[in-house]
Amino acid sequence: MSEQAVTTIVVGWSPDDFGEAALSRAVEEARLRSGRVVVVNATRGDALVDDRYADEEQLARLTADLADTGLEVDVRRSMGGDVGDQVLDVAADVSADLVVIGLRRRSPVGKLLMGSVAQRILLGADCAVLAVKPPH
Amino acid sequence: MDNLTLLADGFGAVLTPENLLFCAIGVLLGTFVGVLPGIGPAMAVALLLPVTFGMDPVPAFIMFAGIYYGGMYGGSTTSILLNTPGESASVMTALEGNLMARAGRAAQALATAAIGSFIAGTIGTMLVVFFAPALASVAVQIGAPTYFALMVLAMIMVTSVLGGSPLRGFIALFLGLTIGLVGLDLNTGQPRLSFDQPLLADRIDVVVVAVGIFALGEALWVAAHLRRSPLHVIPVGRPWMDRTDLRRSWGPWLRGTAYGFPFGALPAGGAEIPTFLSYLTEKRIAKRKGVDEFGKGAIEGVAGPEAANNASAAGTFVPLLALGLPVTATSAVMLAALQGYGIEPGPGLMTDQPELVWALLASLLVGNALLLVLNLPLAPVWAKLLRIPRPQLYAGILFFAALGAYAANLQAFDLFLLVLLGLLGLAMRRFGLPVLPLILGVILGPLMEFRLREAMAISGGDVAGLWSEPLAVVVYVVVAIAVTAPFVFRRVRPAPSAVLEEPGTPAQDQEKVR
Repeated sequence: MSEQAVTTIVVGWSPDDFGEAALSRAVEEARLRSGRVVVVNATRGDALVDDRYADEEQLARLTADLADTGLEVDVRRSMGGDVGDQVLDVAADVSADLVVIGLRRRSPVGKLLMGSVAQRILLGADCAVLAVKPPH
Repeated sequence: MDNLTLLADGFGAVLTPENLLFCAIGVLLGTFVGVLPGIGPAMAVALLLPVTFGMDPVPAFIMFAGIYYGGMYGGSTTSILLNTPGESASVMTALEGNLMARAGRAAQALATAAIGSFIAGTIGTMLVVFFAPALASVAVQIGAPTYFALMVLAMIMVTSVLGGSPLRGFIALFLGLTIGLVGLDLNTGQPRLSFDQPLLADRIDVVVVAVGIFALGEALWVAAHLRRSPLHVIPVGRPWMDRTDLRRSWGPWLRGTAYGFPFGALPAGGAEIPTFLSYLTEKRIAKRKGVDEFGKGAIEGVAGPEAANNASAAGTFVPLLALGLPVTATSAVMLAALQGYGIEPGPGLMTDQPELVWALLASLLVGNALLLVLNLPLAPVWAKLLRIPRPQLYAGILFFAALGAYAANLQAFDLFLLVLLGLLGLAMRRFGLPVLPLILGVILGPLMEFRLREAMAISGGDVAGLWSEPLAVVVYVVVAIAVTAPFVFRRVRPAPSAVLEEPGTPAQDQEKVR
């Protein structure tokens, strides 16, 4: 099988419930389709503190967890203007077949103020997008 | 106990609902700017200058005092939880404080910092109450030559002793002195450095300089480095400490206060040396007791330096109130605020404006107590501030900067100057020039020139008039020692920087001025 034929699943990950929900679903999908997983952890990098950007410790745990799955995995971290655009860039780069994201509950006003990474990815992606919510 | 009676009067002035409100606003605002690295109390006071010109001096200074102490306190929160000391005075706190936080003892580290700051600030302020009037009553008798010598001393100490590089310090100082010269010569009415611009002949407003250098310069610098790898803040609940922590902290608190106050009270200022000394002392004592936890998060290493830091901040009020000599950026801007009210800073301040001085000192004590009450429960909220995205934060700062610069004189020309000075501020940050000597040069320069002219007039233009007073000669000797001592020490012993660079000293990517 050539490199192109392998199903590629991009997952927008952050070290919280939403990221974990998306990641576990992405791993599930990758097993089903015997594909590979590309994990994206992105930040705008414009605040002093961003809990959704993994630190070394969390990254090490992620790599260890992923190694256990036995899948072909690629972890990418990036910093730029918009988190959604960064995920889309990676998806285009690896010609993804599926993008998995974690969806958070947000009120209409909250979305107006804060914008929505999920919406940006849903509207901008060329491939299928799977949005999951963490279990309560 | 004359001073205590006067202080009680000061309390009477402060403890009105309105003034308490200003004190609370100042304390909250100070903590806000102190927590965020890069912006500090000096910038906050500078931005508020135009606002306060519509207020009475007493509430304005009550608010400034709150900002000053609040800024000191906020800085320690950031260094403990994030290991990014916003100012050189917090470097020592960050060393052990962050280790404590990593070991799960963030609550205790914050508690010892807060209570230590409170104790050191209170003792320090009480010492100011006793020392400043005594110094002022001596100072009213000194003449222009000694006064000039003291200003030279303050500038030399701040420029060459405190900063890392004397050359950079002096470049900044002379830039500041030059900006201070622009405008009409007060004695002869000749325009200087005004390039035939009538608006420049009016002198450059201190508000515009301070806002341009602190606010606009910092905003441009941040815009140039907008995206940086974010950090993780260590989660913390309500700060608390148990009896063991208390027993281990009170010694360092008192020793730190003893180190900090004299260094602040000297016209040299600076909290770097006392915090460093306090850290070394506590480490040595811990080693002798056999409970050396340094390097693993020792509470003594937070309690001592943090107390030294605040005691030194209190100490700087002695030269400010008794001599009119500011030694930190914040007190320099406060001096400019005094001038804005038409109050002449100097030894006469204590007798001419007793209500203001004693209300200010009382508000320092009240603000200190408020800080303790507010900050212990609010620490988790302050930690949340670190999530504010820089674009939103600095947009707000730029708005107030432009508003403030325009409101000072209602001249559009000031906005042009603001941009120029902002670019200068950016260039200074780019080339590592310290901001404090510049702002000191701008504010102290004209006062210094006035004393120089006075001394020369007394002596009939004879330069020897400058050292005609014995005290002036003593001060010049101190200046000479201060300038030459570092070179001599460097010859005899290895550079002190080799000792200062302990392993794990957090990288400072920004300089915040107090």
